[in-house]
Amino acid sequence: MELTREEESALKGEHGETMQMAYRILVATGEATDAEKLIPIEWTHLSGVNYNTIGDAGEEFLSSVSKDARVKVKTTLNPMGFDIDNVSNYGLDENFISKQLSIKNSYETMGVTPSFSCIPYEIFDIPKDGTQVAFAESNAAIHANSYDNLKTNKESAFSALASALTGKSPNSSLRKEETPNITINMKIKNPNELSYGMLGFFAGKVGDTSVNISGLSNMDNRQQKAMCGGMGTSGTCAKFIFGDGDSDCEKIDFDEKELQNVHDELNTAENGDIITLGSPQLGLEEITELSQKLKGRSFKKRCMVFTPRTVKVQMQKLGYTNELEKAGCEILSDCCTCLTPLINKDNVDAVTTNSIKGAFYLNNSNKVGVNLKPLSEIIEDETK
Amino acid sequence: MNKVLVAGKVNGTILKSKDSINFLGTVDKKTGIISDKNHDLYNKSLKDSILVFPSGVGSSVGAYTIYSIKSNDVAPLAMICKKADLTVATGCALANIPLITISEQEFSSLENGMKITLDTENSTPILH
Repeated sequence: MELTREEESALKGEHGETMQMAYRILVATGEATDAEKLIPIEWTHLSGVNYNTIGDAGEEFLSSVSKDARVKVKTTLNPMGFDIDNVSNYGLDENFISKQLSIKNSYETMGVTPSFSCIPYEIFDIPKDGTQVAFAESNAAIHANSYDNLKTNKESAFSALASALTGKSPNSSLRKEETPNITINMKIKNPNELSYGMLGFFAGKVGDTSVNISGLSNMDNRQQKAMCGGMGTSGTCAKFIFGDGDSDCEKIDFDEKELQNVHDELNTAENGDIITLGSPQLGLEEITELSQKLKGRSFKKRCMVFTPRTVKVQMQKLGYTNELEKAGCEILSDCCTCLTPLINKDNVDAVTTNSIKGAFYLNNSNKVGVNLKPLSEIIEDETK
Repeated sequence: MNKVLVAGKVNGTILKSKDSINFLGTVDKKTGIISDKNHDLYNKSLKDSILVFPSGVGSSVGAYTIYSIKSNDVAPLAMICKKADLTVATGCALANIPLITISEQEFSSLENGMKITLDTENSTPILH
C-alpha cells in the first residue's frame, strides 16, 4: 500500500504513539483488503463498547488511549451492556456497571457521540450518495452498503477506531465497483423476517465480500434489517447487490432445505422463558407497528424490547412506551439482545426471539437455548 | 497470495483448523480455549501455538478478543490464514501477533503438530 509522506511519518511514530498505533492498524487492514492507498472518510461507527464483549483488556485499552486520542470525524457508537435508567432491576454486579461506565466515559472523552445503537442508518441523517464512511457494526455496514448508498468496509472495532482518529480508511474492494461471482436465489414462498434473517446467515457463509441476490419480494424495514443482521453474523460478506448478476456467476438456491439447515443450527429450544425483540434494535417504525399489534393483548411472560435512546425518547412522547409497558414489555435503550449481560444461563434456560443475529450470540456466548419464531407467531403464541 | 500483515519472527508448533474462527463467539477470553461444540478445534487451547486456519468470521468485536487473549497470555504465537479478514488483521496488529496469509497449496502442506519457524523478513517466511 502506498502511503503519503505524512502517513509514513505517523507510522514511524513521529506523531505520537496513538497515531502510530492507528496507522499500524490501517496498514494491516489495507494489506488484508488489497487497498492501494488510504482515503478520507466522513463518518465512523464504532463497535467494541459492551464490557461483556471487550472485557478488562478492552476497558484498560480504551482508558489508556482516551488520555490523548480525539476523533477527527463524526463518530457514533454501538450498544453497551445495560440501560442506566433501569439497570437496578437486573441485578448486575457493581464491577460490571463501573467498568461499563468507564468505557462510556473513555469514548465520550475521545469526542464520540454516545448513541449506543446498532442502527445508525435509522437514527441519523444519511449523507449524500456514495459518501465514504467506516462502520464496524456488521449489520450497519451491510445496510449502509446495500440500502443507504454509502460505502464502507466491514470494519473491525480497531480499524473503525483508527479511522475515527485519523479520518482515513483503506480504499478496499468494497469501496469500489463490486462484481460478485455468486448469485443467491431466494426460493422461499411467503417469507417473513425470520426467513430473511436465515437467508442472510446463509449468504454470509457462501459469499466472499459481496453477493448478488435475486428472487426477493418487496421487503419491509424489519425484513431488511434481519437479512443484514443474519449476514453479518456468519461471514465476512458486507454487501448485497440486488439482481441476477453476470451470466457466469455461480447460482445457488436458498430453498426449504437450506432454510431448515440454518433453523436446525440456531433453533436449540422448543420454548423460551422470556422473549427478546431487537437485534438489530427496533426503530420507531417497528415500535409503532409493535404497539399496534399488541393493542388489547399482553404477554404471558417477560418480553424485553431493545431500542436506541433517541427512539425511547420519541416513543415516550408518542405514548407508545405506556402502551407497550401495559402489554408487559420491558423497554431497554443503549443495549441490545446480542451479548447482553442481562440474559444468562443462571436465570434463563432459553429465549424466544425472531432475530438470527441474536440467536447466534445467545447460543454461543450467553449459552442459553434459543427458540426462533417470527414476530407474528410470537404475538399469537405468547400473548393473551 | 502471500502477504505480511503483521511482521515478526517466532518458532512454534502448528495448531491447524479446517474451520474458520469467530473469535467473539467461540474463543474463551480467559483461557484461549475454543468453546463452540461444532468447531474443529472444540476444547483446544490456542495458547503458544502457530494457529493455522482459513480465516476469521463474524462480529468485528472479535478483534478485542484477540487483544484480550494476548493480555491474558493465552494467545497464539503467530497466525497463518488463507484469507486475511479485518477482525483478525487488526486484532493481531494491536496485540502485535505476527500474521501472514499463504496460498491454498501452502495451506494444505501445513499439518497439525508440525514444528516451524515463521520469519516475515525472510523471502520464504515458513521454514520447516
